[in-house]
Amino acid sequence: MPSATPLPPKAPPPVGATRPPDPVAPPDEDLAALARAWGLTSSTARQPVGSYLRELWSRRDFIRAMARGRRSSQYRDTVLGKLWQVLAPILNAAVYYFIFGVLLQTSRGVENYPAFLITGVFTFTYTQRAVTGGTKAIANNRNLIRAIHFPRAVLPLAVIVQEVSQQVVSLAILGVIVLATGEPLTWSWLLVLPIMLLQTVFNTGVCLLVARWTAASQDVAQLMPFIIQTWRYVSGVMFSIPVFAADLAGWVQAVLYLNPLTGFIELMRDALLTSYSAPGWLWWVTAGWALAALVAGFVVFYRAEESYSRG
Amino acid sequence: MADPAAVPTQPGLPDAPWEPPDDNPAPTVICDDLHVVYRLVVQGGSGSASSALRRILGGQGGGQVFKQVHAVRGVSMVAREGDAIALIGRNGSGKSTLLRAIAGLLPAESGAVYTSGRPSLLGVNAALMRDLPGEDNILLGCMAMGMTREEALERRDWIVDFADLGEFISLPMRAYSSGMAARLRFAIAASTSHEILMIDEALATGDAEFRRRSEQRIMELRDEAGTVFLVSHSLGVVRLTCNRAIWLEKGRIVMDGEANAVVDAYEAVYDPEVDKQERRRRRERKRRERQAAEQAARQVAEEARLAREAAAAQAGPGDPDTGPTPI
Repeated sequence: MPSATPLPPKAPPPVGATRPPDPVAPPDEDLAALARAWGLTSSTARQPVGSYLRELWSRRDFIRAMARGRRSSQYRDTVLGKLWQVLAPILNAAVYYFIFGVLLQTSRGVENYPAFLITGVFTFTYTQRAVTGGTKAIANNRNLIRAIHFPRAVLPLAVIVQEVSQQVVSLAILGVIVLATGEPLTWSWLLVLPIMLLQTVFNTGVCLLVARWTAASQDVAQLMPFIIQTWRYVSGVMFSIPVFAADLAGWVQAVLYLNPLTGFIELMRDALLTSYSAPGWLWWVTAGWALAALVAGFVVFYRAEESYSRG
Repeated sequence: MADPAAVPTQPGLPDAPWEPPDDNPAPTVICDDLHVVYRLVVQGGSGSASSALRRILGGQGGGQVFKQVHAVRGVSMVAREGDAIALIGRNGSGKSTLLRAIAGLLPAESGAVYTSGRPSLLGVNAALMRDLPGEDNILLGCMAMGMTREEALERRDWIVDFADLGEFISLPMRAYSSGMAARLRFAIAASTSHEILMIDEALATGDAEFRRRSEQRIMELRDEAGTVFLVSHSLGVVRLTCNRAIWLEKGRIVMDGEANAVVDAYEAVYDPEVDKQERRRRRERKRRERQAAEQAARQVAEEARLAREAAAAQAGPGDPDTGPTPI
């Protein structure tokens, strides 16, 4: 039944529940001057390059520990565990040999095609893994970045350290395979060391670049497999550039040879296979690429240093 | 002066006299009118492919919709050596954001943070590797904080003892309960004296015994002349471990002073006990209102009935239907 009389008026708010006080007024002192007087420094400012590099160097133990940690968690949940570090490159080599050596017969004009192909595959895979690791270096460690302060270049460098140890295993397997195909062990095999050094420098630069590009958005990471696929085909991994490009114009051949990965692969074949020789100027091309990639990668990565905690 | 004694206290609130631990120790952290804005992608990046395509075709710079959160709005404060400062406030008041900005993990939109050393943030999220055993994570965590391998090896035994995880220390961290993982993280972060240590809600985990030890450890760290910042919803922990508290409300400091005084004032507004009393009072008032309404309704009904009866009595004798039939 509807009531005709109005309800009694509302009681006033009870005592005890006051509202929070108003914000305090800012102090009238010059806080920036106080900070200067006590030698405090701005905590969000990017470090100068010199001290950044010094801190990076002082974090070398941390870089190694990160790399080791990633390596041992990489093959968790597998029965074979670290044996995969050996098995993965062997299977990789077998797949490539089956498709390109047996099915497609791309071996025309190349002596000892299995050794030729597998040297190319292993050399290319080294850079490929560094690029893939770079796409995840920042994104997979966002919590760490948000919690602890350290030069962020530690993360891509840990990827590189991890891949160096993988590549040492892969190169040992490569040596065994190449010897098994009947190649002799020669002094030129020692050239593998400087080649790997140059490629590691190159990989470091590329890894830093990719880490920066993929930190802001993962769209670039989605694109990476296609870029890598194309790169693999133009790098002469499964065919001989001198043989296949013989009919092409001179400048096309030059462009193919200027590809840094062509350089690394050709030099590696030159070192390991007696039947194969590469032009000596490829050393200059690859060294130039390695240096350029390192400098560009570092500069590009460093300039976004404080942005990595976002996103 | 910059010490919070100069901060005017609010009328009607308990006075918060502030005495620095000894006369004017060196400042370790200075926030100068600090503003922090962070941006969230609220749309874009995810969603269906067709909506992504529409966003791209529609232009608008990729079509991602950003929401700006102005989380810290003009904070000025000076922390000094030996301070253990609690940041209190409700969810979303900017405590954790302020902490991250002081740690240099979030850039300032305007204003500045000055620090005397590298602040270490002990967040609940500080990432260790889930697949590595606790022992390896101790080394990794110590090195992440900037120790060399030798220093980390030196601190390892202390951390193992403090975290007190038994045989779990050699198991991968994914086998840990969340409480165990939090203990290990706290032990790692508290293993060395930091110039500036920041703790975000870490004390809420662990059993009572571990909490007691970590409170004790925080006080030790405080005595080692570092500065400690603590974000906690547990006001009891704040009273026990901190000598100073800063109350944040919507990204601004509303009170800064001696921990007990600030917590008292805070509890006067948000204390769960007060909330409970308030709810009880409100229930009581509702009940009274309802009773009054029913009373009023009954009264109206009664009056209406009486009026009807009176009318019936008046019309009664001459009415053949309702009046008694004479025999």
